[in-house]
Amino acid sequence: MFKKILIANRGEIAVRVARACREMGISSVAVYSDVDRASLHVRKADEAYPIGSAEAAESYLNIGKILEVAKRSGADAIHPGYGFLSENATFAQACVEAGVKFIGPSAASMEMVGSKTRARQLAEKTAVPFVPGTSHGLRSAQEAEETASSIGYPILLKAAAGGGGKGMRLVQSREELKSALESAQSEALRAFGDGEVYLEKAIINPRHVEIQVLADEHGNTVYLGERECSIQRRHQKVIEEAPSPVMDPDLRRRMGEVAVRVAQSAGYANAGTVEFLLDQQKNFYFLEMNTRLQVEHPVTEFVTGLDLVHLQIRIAAGEKLPFAQPDVSLRGHAIECRIYAEDPDNNFFPSPGLITALLSPAGPGIRVDSGNYEGWSVPIEYDPLLAKLIAYGEDRQQAISRLLRAVDEYFVAGIKTNLSLFRRILNDSEFREGRTDTGYLDRLLRSSLREKSDEEIREGAQIAAVAAGLFAALDPTGAPVPPANETAGPSAWKRAAKVEALH
Amino acid sequence: MKYDVAIDGRRCHLELTESGGAWHCKLDDREVQVDAVAVRPDVLSLVIGGRVYEVKRERSPEGTFIWIGDQRYATEVSDPRSLRSRRAGPGSESGPRKLIAPMPGKIVRLLVGEKSEVEAGQGILVVEAMKMQNELKSPKKGKVQRLLAAAGASVSAGDVLAIVE
Repeated sequence: MFKKILIANRGEIAVRVARACREMGISSVAVYSDVDRASLHVRKADEAYPIGSAEAAESYLNIGKILEVAKRSGADAIHPGYGFLSENATFAQACVEAGVKFIGPSAASMEMVGSKTRARQLAEKTAVPFVPGTSHGLRSAQEAEETASSIGYPILLKAAAGGGGKGMRLVQSREELKSALESAQSEALRAFGDGEVYLEKAIINPRHVEIQVLADEHGNTVYLGERECSIQRRHQKVIEEAPSPVMDPDLRRRMGEVAVRVAQSAGYANAGTVEFLLDQQKNFYFLEMNTRLQVEHPVTEFVTGLDLVHLQIRIAAGEKLPFAQPDVSLRGHAIECRIYAEDPDNNFFPSPGLITALLSPAGPGIRVDSGNYEGWSVPIEYDPLLAKLIAYGEDRQQAISRLLRAVDEYFVAGIKTNLSLFRRILNDSEFREGRTDTGYLDRLLRSSLREKSDEEIREGAQIAAVAAGLFAALDPTGAPVPPANETAGPSAWKRAAKVEALH
Repeated sequence: MKYDVAIDGRRCHLELTESGGAWHCKLDDREVQVDAVAVRPDVLSLVIGGRVYEVKRERSPEGTFIWIGDQRYATEVSDPRSLRSRRAGPGSESGPRKLIAPMPGKIVRLLVGEKSEVEAGQGILVVEAMKMQNELKSPKKGKVQRLLAAAGASVSAGDVLAIVE
């Protein structure tokens, strides 16, 4: 087993991995950019080293600096988390050359399935069902027009290297195609350094269902059930759950076997996710494989009872999978909310800044994977994911009730969060009946919000008025917060002393 | 203790008297007994007629807010004896109003010039944060007295970017 693991990431996932290391008796090494010294992932690690300025290219994406820290600290493995270098084959290869184990698949497997076009080619070879379209980058607008008219509109343009909806365009007709292609190509080039764009038939309002696979380095591959990730905004997942409300054992087995076939044909090792679209007739189409740990892995952990990060580390250390497919059983239901620092009342605009108060939920069936704390400033430079709130219940109904209860307990002040969006989704009848697809959230956001009655608001206002006076009398520190750059210093000490005095 | 309180811009008068841990509260002409405990900074536990409320206070560069359940109320509290409270509060339409940066970011462009007339809600400038652009809008109808930000400049949350009078 490894003695020391470097975590080449930040935020909640770096905290998640550091915790797993601690549980397994492995030392953890954090790396941090100039704006992340006070971040939680640094506090939770055993060692920490600065790697440069806030810009990701100078720090979390800088292969040279990260390998240098690995060498200096004596780390024998690197966990890349998700995002940043996690799906970068050059990095995986550089780790091999530096004699540090990369906790993930080999560079070769990554290249076989990591690019969407190459994954399609692989799917063709292994007879895996996929959405009709091109299996290579479009060479010209003319080629795009010919292919689009042969498979029929609407079509979807997608960046081969893509993710997160960047370089993606829905095209309804021939007239829109040329300009959509140009903008998708330039967006892909800016986002991924690769302007390759392909097209496929758009399946309208499908479900997004993905299969978690796990493979050891001795040829054993299993699937760990599915996650339903249909609720997305701008192609970013917002809520994920396991199992999918429409899954049945036969469909799960068929999708799982296809996922295992995709992984095996790429010689895949470690944790990976095979993404599918599921149409209304329950036909499924292979989309792509994510060659890393997913943000939403905790829902799978809840329903399988496994710890995927522990297993990733054990697999990378050369161990065999400690179980076989028949040993995998699913129990109960889990749902995850991605808590973002963004303002749902203002077009989901990001809301970085100082967290002035944080009350975190707890209790039965609740898990919070968070990268933040009260008194920390959410930096402006990175992804606005603050935390993941996950609820487990014996069935979907109970998981929803627990999640709603936990959302009510959750309080974040100083910055805006999308907590109110989850209240809305979890109370929505379509969601509660499991009728979700990739168009669900846009429909919900277009529908009008149930307003509170005037009476409720008036009653609340009266309590607020009384509370405002009582705050002034009992807790008179309540001047508005000064600008972020002045908030450190003595006031934080005073607050801490006050908190301690209350315990 | 006497306070002038404004909740979402609506002003009221509050009188608080403590006796034996309980508070007698007179809100304009309504009276209520409240048992209040400060459980930690910014959180009060209230019991009013047997009903429990966990009330949170949020202090941000945009002002102070009180949360009752999932409802957020903009709040101003002042002591009527102090000079400050006799001036017009930020809720009022008269007098100059500040346009404040709600989050740290970079000014991408200015949409109006100094001295231009703007409508309430009209965009004044565009700020970029976390790779997204956001238009900041005029808090009132009036004239842009001063523009304190230039295109390309970095700003912190709470910085005054413009004054509209």
